[in-house]
Amino acid sequence: MNKLTSAFRRFGHNVKQGVLAVVHGSVAVKLSCLFMGIGQIMRKQIVKGILYFLLEVLFVLFMVFFGGKYLAYFFSGNLGTNVGDEIWNDALGVFEYTRGDNSFLILLYGVVSFIVLIVFAVVWGLNIHGNIANDRAVAAGKRVTTFRQDCSALINRKFYLLLLIPPFAGLLVFTVMPLVFMILIAFTNYDFEHMPPGQLFGWVGFETFGKLFGLSSGSGFLLVFLRVLAWTFVWAVFATFTNYFLGMIIALMINKKGIKLKSLWRTLFVIAIAVPQFVTLLLMQKILDGDGILNVILGTNIRWLADTRWASLIPRIAIIVVNMWIGIPYTILMCSGILMNIPAEMYEAGKLDGANPVQLFRKIVLPYMLHATGPYLITQFVGNINNFNVIWLLTGGGPVDNILYGGGSKAQATDLLVTWLYRLTTDVSPQYNVASVIGIIIFVICAVLSLVTYNRSSSAKNEEDYQ
Amino acid sequence: MNGGVYQIQTAKKRMGMKTKNAIFNSIIYFVLAVLGILWVLPIVYLLYTAFRVTPDTGIIFKLFPDDLRLGGGNFARLFRETMFLRWLGNTCLVAVCSCVITTLFILMVSYALSRMRFKARKPIMNVMLVLGMFPGFMSMIAVYFILKAMNLTNSLFALILVYSSGAALSYYICKGFFDTIPRSLEEAAILDGANQVSILFRVTLPLAKPVIVYTVLTSFISPWCDFIFVNTIINDATKYTVALGLYRLINSQNSSFNEFFTVFCAGAVIVGLIVGALFMSMQRYYVEGVTSGSVK
Repeated sequence: MNKLTSAFRRFGHNVKQGVLAVVHGSVAVKLSCLFMGIGQIMRKQIVKGILYFLLEVLFVLFMVFFGGKYLAYFFSGNLGTNVGDEIWNDALGVFEYTRGDNSFLILLYGVVSFIVLIVFAVVWGLNIHGNIANDRAVAAGKRVTTFRQDCSALINRKFYLLLLIPPFAGLLVFTVMPLVFMILIAFTNYDFEHMPPGQLFGWVGFETFGKLFGLSSGSGFLLVFLRVLAWTFVWAVFATFTNYFLGMIIALMINKKGIKLKSLWRTLFVIAIAVPQFVTLLLMQKILDGDGILNVILGTNIRWLADTRWASLIPRIAIIVVNMWIGIPYTILMCSGILMNIPAEMYEAGKLDGANPVQLFRKIVLPYMLHATGPYLITQFVGNINNFNVIWLLTGGGPVDNILYGGGSKAQATDLLVTWLYRLTTDVSPQYNVASVIGIIIFVICAVLSLVTYNRSSSAKNEEDYQ
Repeated sequence: MNGGVYQIQTAKKRMGMKTKNAIFNSIIYFVLAVLGILWVLPIVYLLYTAFRVTPDTGIIFKLFPDDLRLGGGNFARLFRETMFLRWLGNTCLVAVCSCVITTLFILMVSYALSRMRFKARKPIMNVMLVLGMFPGFMSMIAVYFILKAMNLTNSLFALILVYSSGAALSYYICKGFFDTIPRSLEEAAILDGANQVSILFRVTLPLAKPVIVYTVLTSFISPWCDFIFVNTIINDATKYTVALGLYRLINSQNSSFNEFFTVFCAGAVIVGLIVGALFMSMQRYYVEGVTSGSVK
């Protein structure tokens, strides 16, 4: 929290400094606030100045002819007004369809325009910053940088700009933009009753949050949400810790002194990693199916992945067991690597002090492992909260549980928050707004978990313990 | 006198320890053997199903039928009745392209964040950490519509774009490795008048070979395994990747009495061999990456 407030304070301080610098700055600085690049041209940085000016012209054109009208929708109550209609054309004797507004595209273009606006604001800031730097150079009796010097800075001091811009452009278009878009959806009524084209949707504020956390039967999903959340946590805890500790135990067994054929044992498990996950999962799905081979072998007739008795206990256990089959080899692989890295002196010192094997494990091996794998454990836990593949490919979230499914929540017995989210967006009657609220909640959970545990874990605090 | 008794006692103790140890070891062997079998069995079953000769309908009922025969019939069917060859080609193309772009992006971001110091460095790292915490599916629908607005759905190019554009977020392991390269090497190069570009190519990259191999292999493998993004973006059977193709093969009909199950197994064996070979060759780097890179 302190970090955050100090970050804000620093930001405020920087803004203040910037404004002061402009107020006390030369004519070039002041002019370039309005017309980007003029200051540079006045100081004979012709190419740079023209480039800045062209950017501003392009931006203004973009906003006037495209972005402006979409941005305006952010401040209106709706996203589009014209529903679209069919009109009888008497002269031709046919219905003519007028194209209505598409709320989806309006919102999307709005987001695009917003991001263009932000990028432009950054460029604008750089432009002023450059002019202030020029001021300083002139005041100090130096000459302003030439275009060639600027270019050579790009492969020296400012090389990071060249390196970061292309990957970040990719992130901006395919990660940030969709995310902003989906977050905004949470505040609209975009669902199967408001599906563009043909229908409009608009801003509803926190109504969808109210729906998800509401208790009123028929419209509130609170109980469903809590049950899905509870199962998500149960799953994440079991999936993470069964894999972690069983994997560690097997790794310890393989690496124990006096055990022969170490590489054979390791390979037996590692083969399982080599098979792509979707193959394993689909194979397991068929093996565990009601007509699957496991029932043929056991002579039973249990639908391992679809049994609804005891609150769908069997499918839940089956999923965790299959996940162990997939996950334990990873832990073995990793733990073997770490076990070999434990400094031999630590063992020797422990033995000299008369520690027995159990003490050696508890006092030396386990702390070392936890230190080395702390971040891994956290990422695994968060990864399991979001473990879409295992659930979706094995049970598809099912079996259907009447208590959960009722009231249009569409949640099923083994659904995690992510698979529920996915079903809500791909269903025949999608509820994008609810899905988007769930996404925001998942984000909050994961962010809090990662930040809190990471800051408390020993590996973050004592980074140099084992160096 | 006393010393003698003590010696005898320790000798006895050592004997006891030895037998105890032997018993303990044999228990371990037993447990490992049982677990090993459990882990290998599904794979054996996959191979067995891929190679078994099925009745004309393709549907299998028994684990060991009376007229059990093995052969390559399922592989023949795989190439004859499905577009598996096409899917393989698609996946290869997507994997190669996205692997090149991803590796470049990750190396660029890692170098900038690890070897260079600038004001925005920490904030950028924090923002990327936060971005990585949003579940990928959340934006998937939006990605689909963005691609649609760009008229790119149902194309392999869109897949390449999507796979490689998010690459920058998984820079941690690579950066962790770069962090371990001593600074003195760069300083020496700077004294010799090298600019950052030549430091990157002449100093850092040659030293970072393991992590480059790791990045190349992981980014090459991921298109072979992902099926959710393909599932949303691609709807045309000629543009499937192997993962989606094989999934559709058995999931159009949700039962084990599926005439394509054995064919699916044959395809899975082929994909498994490719991915497995790649994985085995990067196993060493995987361990190094997860253990050294993430701690930093």
